[in-house]
Amino acid sequence: MIAAHLSILQVVLPLTAAPLCLLARREVFAWWVSLAAAWMILVNAVLLLDRVVLLGPIGYDLGGWAAPLGIVYHVDALNGMMLLLISATAAILLPYARRSVLREIGSERAALFYAALLLCMTGLMGMTATGDAFNVFVFLEISSLSTYALIALGQDRRALTAAFQYLIMGTLGGTFILISIGFLYAATGTLNMADLAARLPLAENQRAVQTAFAFFIVGISLKLALFPLHLWLPNAYAYAPSVVTIFLAATATKVAVYVMLRFTFDLFGAHHAFAGVTLARVFPILAGLGIILASLTALYQDHVKRRFAYSSVAQIGYIVLGIALMTPSGLTAGLLHIINHALAKGALFMALGCLYFRLGSMSMSALAGAAREMPLSAAAFVIAGFSLIGVPLTAGFISKWYLLLASLEHGQWLLAVIIVGGSLLALAYVWQVIEQLYFHEPPEGRPSVTEAPSSLLIPTWILVVANVYLGIDSSLTVNLADQGMRALLEAQP
Amino acid sequence: MNVLAHYPYWIIILLMMAGFYMLIAHGNLILKIIGLNIFQTSVFFLYILLGKVEGGTAPILEAGFTIYSNPLPHVLILTAIVVGIATTALAAALIVRIHGAYGSIEEDDIHRQDASL
Repeated sequence: MIAAHLSILQVVLPLTAAPLCLLARREVFAWWVSLAAAWMILVNAVLLLDRVVLLGPIGYDLGGWAAPLGIVYHVDALNGMMLLLISATAAILLPYARRSVLREIGSERAALFYAALLLCMTGLMGMTATGDAFNVFVFLEISSLSTYALIALGQDRRALTAAFQYLIMGTLGGTFILISIGFLYAATGTLNMADLAARLPLAENQRAVQTAFAFFIVGISLKLALFPLHLWLPNAYAYAPSVVTIFLAATATKVAVYVMLRFTFDLFGAHHAFAGVTLARVFPILAGLGIILASLTALYQDHVKRRFAYSSVAQIGYIVLGIALMTPSGLTAGLLHIINHALAKGALFMALGCLYFRLGSMSMSALAGAAREMPLSAAAFVIAGFSLIGVPLTAGFISKWYLLLASLEHGQWLLAVIIVGGSLLALAYVWQVIEQLYFHEPPEGRPSVTEAPSSLLIPTWILVVANVYLGIDSSLTVNLADQGMRALLEAQP
Repeated sequence: MNVLAHYPYWIIILLMMAGFYMLIAHGNLILKIIGLNIFQTSVFFLYILLGKVEGGTAPILEAGFTIYSNPLPHVLILTAIVVGIATTALAAALIVRIHGAYGSIEEDDIHRQDASL
């Protein structure tokens, strides 16, 4: 019986848990509620994906109102995979969050923090699960508004300006998407995604639809931080609390990529001349420039979280690169990189969170020699860094390899060179940090520190081991990405 | 005259660009938020305009009226207005905190104090 409601539970569970946290106001209670919610949605997401893979896409009519009039949820292998990614990140992150939040945010405001985090999860889940175009906008704003609040909770005062910057750019992006949805409604008279997919091909030469596409692609590129619309991201990631950085880096931009995929491939249709040209001609250039320039910028960052925030911009470039090839192998590679980059960046920011927990600073000089006193955190950083670079036997290697094969198969030698070049730059910016950690003397007068607490280390190492395991046996992730790619292409009009 | 017949759209475009310009050109954070609000309001107008049916009344069943405006875009935009209010409130709260931390709400002053932004 409950099985029929799996797709809506995915959104309703965190949505109900959030006000509970607010009402209780006690840190202990709020944490337990969030933890319970996160683990329940993880179980839920696994059950959901299992059903979807076995039995095909699941639809759900909200309030019993049937499809074209009511709002529907529609889960297939692609968004099932994304839901699993978000819930797994949340489930691993929450045990880690307790100590980190107590240290960085304090017990008085912790309940508010968990409420905002749950709302952010709700928004991301909703954007992913829904089958209604306007609903995407509503959930996008739920996740964005809670993200601005979460970023502003950072200890540094620069967190406030970073949150404000993101608020301005995020709202612009959101409003652009709203304009786009308005034009789509004007051209087709429907907001249901399946209906839109059926009607848009008939209206594809209308100026309104082309305008809608232009607004949509700019708006969503802002949200997914595609170069050169990435300016909000480095500061937001750098100054947000550790837990927020981990969660955002692993999920937020990926969900925006998912929305872009769904709209461009299933709604507008990639065969649509206008959408096709943008994807095939413009996106590879932006993605390539993003990979090279963001990686180069990362080399010169002294703030370590900011350094890896720039790396995130570069990695978004890899994902978009795979998608812009528009071949099945390119899409699989892009989707695979969504999963593997979430694993690598999640583990990496978790390791940095462990170091920050004891060292209290994220500047390069503060990390000097820390590997002696915090060997486990430093080792976790090294392995996660290798996965980010794409060293063989780590998850990052698998997706870069698929990307490389996909671009060669497409005859794109230049893109292949960029992929390899970006990895070399990644090697450089990861190595600089490793060198600080292992081969430099600790700064004079730093009080001696101990290893991070096990509640931080265990979740970190779970992700690190996952990076290695999925780098050796990649059948699970490749299979998920492959199913997702098929679901995307099958739904195409 | 086709251009003049679409005058409501011209008003919307004008508002949108005015808001957008204000958002980019001003260094004062409050003025930026006002610009953002004007920008969003122009989109509200766009939606309301989409639902307008010439000669139509409010969609309430009443004898003697047969043409109604489309209520759906109006309902949609109610949601977007709520989102706009939430954004403005959050932005105002952030500005209060920024003023507390930097003693200024001018972008230039803030940049001078924190060069990395």
